[in-house]
Amino acid sequence: MTNSIEEIESADCILIFGSNTSIAHPLIATRVFRAKARGAKVIVADPRKIPIVLQSDLHLQHRLGTDVALINGLMHIILKNGWERKAFISERTENLEEFRKVVEKYSPDRVSEITGVPVKDLETAAQYYAKAERGSILYTMGITQHTTGVDNVKSLANLSMLTGNIGRESTGVNPLRGQNNVQGACDMGGLPNVYSGYQPVTDQAVRQKFEEAWRAELSARVGLTATEMFPAALEGRVKAMVILGENPVLSDADSHHVEKALEALDFLLVIDIFNTPTSDLAHVVLAGASFAEKEGTFTNTERRVQMVRKAIEPPGDARVDWRIIQELSNRLGYSMDYDSPRAVMEEIARVTPSYAGIRYDRLQGDGLQWPCPSTDHPGTKFLHQGKFTRGKGLFSAIEYKPPAEVADEAYPFQLTTGRIHVHYHTGTMTRNSPSLEREVNECLLEINPEDARELGIGEGDRVLVSSRRGSVSTRVKLTETEKRGTVFMPFHFFESRANILTNPMFDPVAKIPEFKVCAVKIEKMETGSAR
Amino acid sequence: MEFKTVLTTCPYCGCGCGLLLEILDGRLIGTLPSKTSPVNQGRLCVKGWSVHEFVTSPNRLIRPLVRKADRLVESSWDEALDLSARRLKEIKERHGPDSIAVLTSAKCTNEENYLLQKLTRAAIGTNNIDHCARL
Ligand code: SF4
Repeated sequence: MTNSIEEIESADCILIFGSNTSIAHPLIATRVFRAKARGAKVIVADPRKIPIVLQSDLHLQHRLGTDVALINGLMHIILKNGWERKAFISERTENLEEFRKVVEKYSPDRVSEITGVPVKDLETAAQYYAKAERGSILYTMGITQHTTGVDNVKSLANLSMLTGNIGRESTGVNPLRGQNNVQGACDMGGLPNVYSGYQPVTDQAVRQKFEEAWRAELSARVGLTATEMFPAALEGRVKAMVILGENPVLSDADSHHVEKALEALDFLLVIDIFNTPTSDLAHVVLAGASFAEKEGTFTNTERRVQMVRKAIEPPGDARVDWRIIQELSNRLGYSMDYDSPRAVMEEIARVTPSYAGIRYDRLQGDGLQWPCPSTDHPGTKFLHQGKFTRGKGLFSAIEYKPPAEVADEAYPFQLTTGRIHVHYHTGTMTRNSPSLEREVNECLLEINPEDARELGIGEGDRVLVSSRRGSVSTRVKLTETEKRGTVFMPFHFFESRANILTNPMFDPVAKIPEFKVCAVKIEKMETGSAR
Repeated sequence: MEFKTVLTTCPYCGCGCGLLLEILDGRLIGTLPSKTSPVNQGRLCVKGWSVHEFVTSPNRLIRPLVRKADRLVESSWDEALDLSARRLKEIKERHGPDSIAVLTSAKCTNEENYLLQKLTRAAIGTNNIDHCARL
């Protein structure tokens, strides 16, 4: 996030874009409700009538995958009415004219036709956000899990710069990170192109610094992304994988393909706290420790580094993961000799400028938000104050492109995937939690009641959902949450694996698959037929 | 009877709520919200309130497993770690470091993520490391 969670409360317009906030980030939704109680306008742009719509002032229910068109449409209206912040634009940004040429083509009528959102609603939304003193944008995977994910994010950045809603308290473009420590995994260099703190592996000076710090020769070649590893395994270029606490068989697009790739490996090592469909394919599984059994830090979505403290011992013979990694490294012939996570953090601080001021002693209270460049620095509440990382903010001229796969005669419905309130990711943790599993213990395909009627499907019936990649059996739930032609499936359930259906086509830059749109057909199954 | 609470951070979503684990005689028995956390100010969602449940699940892995005759069977740590290191070294020697790929975890700590990328880059010698942030 560019800004902090508490700042959301003081925004006077909040635009929630592709984020099922009250389900996926409940304690951030709380801040949205408080802002609303203080009089803020809340706009929800989402193809589904998600619960937070009930608390909003306006719902833009655009068609799946039409985000760029929608955002360009809002900016067209802002420019036409002269609502842009001219002083901010001339001082802090560049390339407005190129950008204006593209946005000019997105008239309200045209955008309404592409997105299905009424012109009147487009105008109201543009006005609420542009005229706000403090406008804040929140977004999640609804924006990024598309073949146009990077375009979508850049479009939101355009919108915030155009209206000067960035670099100040209670503004910004705020991605809400899904998993508890996605932010930290990125910050720590769990990426194929950068070391910790986003320092590029291709930069010779950076590489040299790490070679000296680690006393090892390092590769200058950018590595494979997760989405590239599986095809590489099938082609025989990748022969072995090590997977720590992840379950790609359920979490990745086109899961049959992922399974085949893992089966093709000469060696698969999985470290996890439960058996999963991924560990079932492993040659060796190492029993790791849960968060309650170890010390360390997590970094939340607002860049706040917080302590994780050990409460109990790991069960049986299970071991804390940092020790497992250290022992494996030593056996590989590369010596690691840390006596505690605290010592690891001291090394992180030495080689990572944005974490340079982070010490366990300083994390005992509220934690610290990076960038925190020195031990007397208080941390950073919001980014881009006074200037952007690259100097001037760049307006990007972006054209709308339809999703890679759209509904057609053979596959007439658009499927989108996501989370439900009581479960988390692939369910490895929540489905082992009796009170959560009691609430919801099976997958339900959500479909509009009109569509269900036409297909002769009733509440709770079992259907076969098929895409070009495979078929999944599931029961259905009739709900107005879905608009006609769109169906929704959560991806938590190994019994009905939504990701057998999804499209692995990915964004060319971010390499994020298009989980949020694919084309499917739905057939009723006879009662009593096998799952 | 010995009762204590341990202040820590929720392992589910990116909000990062502060919570207190309740420990009775070394056993984890419950979860409470932290009132002083700047994130959640004394509140938790349904997932946060029940974090202790998965930790104490009887389904937890408690020992390493090694594949033998196409089945995963329990093994000692030495056997599992030695085998892993031997296989990774063999594959690296035969096919080069870029034939190995690593997925690190958005659920593990910063320190663990840092160490695993260090192992990947310094011990194996490849930049083939990523995690499921895109997913
Ligand atoms: S308590 Fe709920 S909202 Fe808070 S971090 Fe945990 S899962 Fe997220």
